[in-house]
Amino acid sequence: MLTSLGGVLFDGFAYGMLLFLLSVGLSVTLGMMNFINLAHGSFGMLGGYVTVTLMDRLGWPFLATLPAAFVAAAALSVVLERLLFRHSYRAGELDQVLLTIGVVFMSVASAAYIWGTVQQPVQLPDYFTGSFTFLGVNFAYYRLFLIGTALVVTLLLVAGLEWTRFGAQVRAAVDNQRMARGLGINVNLAFAITFALGSGLAGLGGSLAIAMVGLDPDFAFAYLVYVLIVVSVGGLASIGGSFAAATVLGISDIAGKYYFPALGSFLIYLVMVGVLMWRPAGLFGKR
Amino acid sequence: MASAAAPHAYLQQQARWHWVEIVFWLSTLLPFVLFPQYLQLASQIAITALFALSLDLILGYAGVVSLGHAAFFGLGAYTAGILSKFYWGEPLSLLVAGALVAGLVGYATSWIIAYFRHLALIMITLGLGLLLYEAANSASWLTGGADGLQGVRIRPLLDYFNFDLYGRTAYTYSLIVLFLAFLVTRRIIHSPFGLSLRGIRENPVRMPAIGAPSRAHIRKIYTIAAVMAGIAGALIAETTETVSLETLSFQRSADVLVILILGGAGRLYGGIVGAIIYMVARDQFSGVNPQFWYFWIGLLLVAVVMFLPNGILGGLARFTESWRRRSR
Amino acid sequence: MSKLFIAASSLAAALAAAAPAYSQGTIKIGLIMSYSGQFADPAAQMDNAVKLYVKQHGDTVAGKKLEFIRKDTGGIAPPLAKRLAQELVVRDKVDIIAGLVLTPNALAVGDVSAEAKKFTVIMNAATAIITTKSPYMARTSTTLPQLNETFGTWAAKKAGVKKVYTMVSDYGPGHDAEGAFQRGFKEAGGEIVGSVRMPVANPDFSAFVQRAKDINPEAIYVFIPGGTQPSALGRALAERGVDTAKTKIFGMGELTEDEARKTMGDASLGIVTVYHYDHNHQSAMNREFVKAYNAEYNRNPNIYAVGGWDGMHLIYETLKKTKGNTDGDALIAAAKGMKWESPRGPISIDPETRDIVQTVYIRRVEKVGGQLLNVEFDKVENVKDPFKARMKK
Repeated sequence: MLTSLGGVLFDGFAYGMLLFLLSVGLSVTLGMMNFINLAHGSFGMLGGYVTVTLMDRLGWPFLATLPAAFVAAAALSVVLERLLFRHSYRAGELDQVLLTIGVVFMSVASAAYIWGTVQQPVQLPDYFTGSFTFLGVNFAYYRLFLIGTALVVTLLLVAGLEWTRFGAQVRAAVDNQRMARGLGINVNLAFAITFALGSGLAGLGGSLAIAMVGLDPDFAFAYLVYVLIVVSVGGLASIGGSFAAATVLGISDIAGKYYFPALGSFLIYLVMVGVLMWRPAGLFGKR
Repeated sequence: MASAAAPHAYLQQQARWHWVEIVFWLSTLLPFVLFPQYLQLASQIAITALFALSLDLILGYAGVVSLGHAAFFGLGAYTAGILSKFYWGEPLSLLVAGALVAGLVGYATSWIIAYFRHLALIMITLGLGLLLYEAANSASWLTGGADGLQGVRIRPLLDYFNFDLYGRTAYTYSLIVLFLAFLVTRRIIHSPFGLSLRGIRENPVRMPAIGAPSRAHIRKIYTIAAVMAGIAGALIAETTETVSLETLSFQRSADVLVILILGGAGRLYGGIVGAIIYMVARDQFSGVNPQFWYFWIGLLLVAVVMFLPNGILGGLARFTESWRRRSR
Repeated sequence: MSKLFIAASSLAAALAAAAPAYSQGTIKIGLIMSYSGQFADPAAQMDNAVKLYVKQHGDTVAGKKLEFIRKDTGGIAPPLAKRLAQELVVRDKVDIIAGLVLTPNALAVGDVSAEAKKFTVIMNAATAIITTKSPYMARTSTTLPQLNETFGTWAAKKAGVKKVYTMVSDYGPGHDAEGAFQRGFKEAGGEIVGSVRMPVANPDFSAFVQRAKDINPEAIYVFIPGGTQPSALGRALAERGVDTAKTKIFGMGELTEDEARKTMGDASLGIVTVYHYDHNHQSAMNREFVKAYNAEYNRNPNIYAVGGWDGMHLIYETLKKTKGNTDGDALIAAAKGMKWESPRGPISIDPETRDIVQTVYIRRVEKVGGQLLNVEFDKVENVKDPFKARMKK
């Protein structure tokens, strides 16, 4: 019982970190910039396809494709931000929904056109397959890697946004555009960079996730509900909140499936509804 | 609008039928003559329009954004479908039954809904919708699970009009129900109750101060919207004799939201226009390009946001406004 | 808004007018598939095979030219599928309906097939009852009981396994597969030591695999839908180091499809699955089929492709037999009892149930020349759908 508890905690935490990596980009674009970015999954999907293509066609090692996925998603997002998204920053939320859903539709069809509808196989390098057992708990290497990456990403983000000059500028630009402009902050640039950061993180999350959850053109839709759950439960504008939410959701989901499998499909939604009824602004939300 | 000194005069002026509206409703009869082979599509457009209209009541007029509205659609569909299996295939009473069940559940959940706003509200409606979906999947003894409900048998309408392959009965029936629901909606939003809903949408804190209880109003309109969505669901079950989990799915909730925003939320005709444009476009694009039609639909949505913000009707209203001003 | 409506209407009217008039010299076939969305790949495989068949056999049968009309259901959408079928019948005047990847859609189309008396070929959807919905339906894929009940019996009798733990996806097909396997297994003297149903939307299988591993059964039986899930389950099996030498893993063929094997790597070695087709099936006809399919589409065909291929074969041969008569009664009469050699082996249409009769293959993942392949090592010939055999009694 105790060893199974250890295993459940570890697997659940790792699953939570997978959810965190998939959704952290959204807590930047939606959480910080207040932009309802339903196209988040599309950037994740792009990251996934970049990784698969570089590995399969060009023989890149898996780890080297991760920064490439980040850069590709960030670069595309800058183009889209300048072309489309920035026009609707001040438009209503509903227009943002329609715009970004439109982008998702286009990305799904484009992915099917370019890469085909086939499920993309993802072969992890040998050092990531398998596991070791310690104190009766099964530690899978790839899950450890996910946990480590999630911790690093969290630290970098929190530090970067809280402690650097650029972070302060971004926060100022988001809180009060006009005032920030008056202080000589280049608001357009700050927004573009923040958006690129969020999308790049989506791309990174996508390329890390595909080894666990697979990749096909449906990816852009498939995990939308999950990432929205993580961000809303964590609270907008809070990286730490997303981290905590993902941990709670991951562990409760895996524990539920292990101990009460009949509840398996209900659990994540029950937890979400419960948390939001208790704290409508999310675990760490300020508004 | 400047002459809105007396609110009743303002409401009366708003409630007057515009000639464009009359032309519009007359033109819904055109499919019978112009393209009788498209009546099944027309029928499903009318049902989707009714569903979108019900969402508009809460989203467009009360500011309640829901990502789980399919729950009521599905409840209506399953109620009609399940009852029809037990020798009760009379369509009109099934419609009432579907409306009742959806309305009851709507009323029960409205006590939760009325307490939340913004993202929490969206996610709670989404969560409740998904929970109902999973429950329906689990209760396969009742719902038929993922294969869909089997044995749905609907009697002819008024025991005379068969639901034919061409969809003549289906379209006539759906159109009449849509029109009646539209009249009710129109009446509601042009009533003082409708006006105070819009007030709540703009500022839920201040409205109680002038004597409009926000939460009670929201509960009321949410229940009405659930009833209408239930009717739409029962209609799709009756006209197609199929009921499946898809009626409860997130996809359906998201689709109807997109349709309403596309047409223009809070504009009475937004849901109807959105349903016509979206479904005709989808039918044509997917007919030409069954694998990649999503691209063209996506492009359509992006173009609408770029050139007609606030939906098609919102954008058009702005155009005519500025055109009028210029010609003056 | 009237302007918009008129614009939309006139667009529709223009397209309606453009639809070609019904002519004596053509036979129209309406293909209803999930060309887009979550189940787009099965539809792509099937459609490829349809095109390949037409390419190899010409588009003229019994002196008439075939014309195909493709309709997308975009996933599970019975009201839409039914409407598309109705429109194909009343607007496009099709003679034959085919395709149908997904069960709920196939069931909805059944009503139209029966009412309009249209010959309908189910090229994939695998729930047993589908063909009972219309007397004009025939199936060229498989049924879940046909594979899994046979597999259950085989596991107890031939593999000598006495105790099995079952894991299935918690939805209709999962329940059917679970029921069929357990029935076959128990009737042959086996014992089910436990079972679990897993959510359909399930990105992480670690909890379920861990549970199964903790119980440590003699064997595990798995059913999950194809697509993203086999890879995810494979990943969980691989990292938990489930040793197929100690705990046998049984499953329906989705579990070890090409992409899933690649993701799992060597962890897939030794997994035993039941299926009706694999591109590694050894026969001259199949080698030729695989080669042609690869030349055209640069990938291997799978069960959806072979379902589409045999569906086309059935359509061609019935039309030849009726000399181009497309009457539903004539076509279904011609289809009943038809036998032919398919890339998967000998198959026929059961004259009583209009369902497929075929060989069920038991395969194991092995390394052949450095490649992980499904290698057939046992088979059960001439299997009918056991579900409908019981229904008759």
